[in-house]
Amino acid sequence: MPETVRLSVNGETVTMPAGSTVAAAILKTGESAFRVSVSGEARGPLCGMGICFECRVTIDGEPHCRSCQTICRNGMDVRTDG
Amino acid sequence: MDRSRHECDALIVGAGPAGLAAAFRAAQDGRRRVTVVDDSPDAGGQIWRGERREPRSPEARAWFQRLRSVKIELINGARVFQQVEPRKLLAETYDGGVCELVFENLVLATGARERFLPFPGWTMPNVMGAGGLQALVKGGLPVERRRIVIAGSGPLLLAVAGYLRDHGADVLCVAEQASQGKVMRFGLGLINNAGKLSQAYSFLKGFKYLTDCWVTEAQGDESLKSVLLRRGGKRWSVSCDYLACGFHLVPNLELAELLGCDVAGGVVRVDEFQQTSVPQVYSAGESTGIGGLELSLVEGEIAGLAIAGRHDEARRLFPARAKQRRFADLLNRTFALRDELKTLAEAQTIVCRCEDITFDRLRGHDSWRAAKLQTRCGMGPCQGRICGSAVEFLFDWKTESVRPPILPVRVQSLATKRHKNHEE
Repeated sequence: MPETVRLSVNGETVTMPAGSTVAAAILKTGESAFRVSVSGEARGPLCGMGICFECRVTIDGEPHCRSCQTICRNGMDVRTDG
Repeated sequence: MDRSRHECDALIVGAGPAGLAAAFRAAQDGRRRVTVVDDSPDAGGQIWRGERREPRSPEARAWFQRLRSVKIELINGARVFQQVEPRKLLAETYDGGVCELVFENLVLATGARERFLPFPGWTMPNVMGAGGLQALVKGGLPVERRRIVIAGSGPLLLAVAGYLRDHGADVLCVAEQASQGKVMRFGLGLINNAGKLSQAYSFLKGFKYLTDCWVTEAQGDESLKSVLLRRGGKRWSVSCDYLACGFHLVPNLELAELLGCDVAGGVVRVDEFQQTSVPQVYSAGESTGIGGLELSLVEGEIAGLAIAGRHDEARRLFPARAKQRRFADLLNRTFALRDELKTLAEAQTIVCRCEDITFDRLRGHDSWRAAKLQTRCGMGPCQGRICGSAVEFLFDWKTESVRPPILPVRVQSLATKRHKNHEE
């Protein structure tokens, strides 16, 4: 049985394999709008490697975290801004 | 915020294959302190993402094994953003701290990113890079039974198609913009390279691989519903859950430019031992030109051996590097972008995703600098990393030199510096 972590995405509990990224956890819940652009468009991850900054979300109250470069931890509270 | 200080004899920026190979060779004789720093949470770079813990490929298994036999310090989750003085860089760590990295020799193994081209709908959620979607799946995203269109250009598309299929995805088609003739010649060119040929063949098996084909539009409301494809005179729509679209790769040059290394033709210039125009600063892997895994490894080894003073051994790797460079030339000629792709963006298509600058606001300008000053294109958080390679292709603009910090960092990270300089 592989190790898993449980976190909350917009109030919904999601279970991920240990070592997963927050971006993957958000998409797994069916949410694809991570943030709202300066002109009001919904945006989600593009590059997957920390360069484009499109996957920014709020993690444990800290805004503008790159979810693709952040590893899931037990009890994490993730909020999309989309 | 306190600054930590880290001293080493050889600092390697980038923990992908090139950086790891350089680190191994530099550390092999046990005579110097070797440190590898990387932005990602774990070593491996893009191609070996997650493979330190669970190797998938024999190369990754062998190299991570080799690395365990030497003493190397690995600093993950740290992004280098500034040079304070020669031989001293600053990195912001994942917890918001700042680390001073002091070194004698430096290897820039900063890798590459995908080139993205704007087309209507490309900013919609679930439209991602090809490598981008693969990275997310490596990061734990399940894709069983998800319908995926893969599009753009380059051998990465096939590698991603194979990876996604192995994870249960329904890969509907792979749309490659390069012509059938070029792709065939590329295939023939691999005949002298049995490993790559069998790799290419195993990737191709069972895919609908369409050359001369590209996406003209991504459609949906809040999220992707379908894509429009074009091949010759034929246009059709394909319903899908994800579009994975990237147009080959471009080297990450920001740090090399910041350090004043000679950059020309979109790559870091290096001598036969991988040394840049700045003494004791080396570069290896995709930053010196897109060439794939084997070239990255051999360049990294040469740089590491040079740092260790083992120049004769480095020289013995030159023929292997020359062979891989010939492959790289063929690769880059094959997947050069066709001019028709310049017409994909419409007037209202966003080009700069950070500042939402549309195509029609950019096309009147005569340079990247003018466009930046007038529109803020390329001045958002990604600092032109996404739109820069697009405008180079669309408008032939040269994207100009970088300024520190080369990545967005917390104000405190900069304030620490000012405070300290003031004291000095």
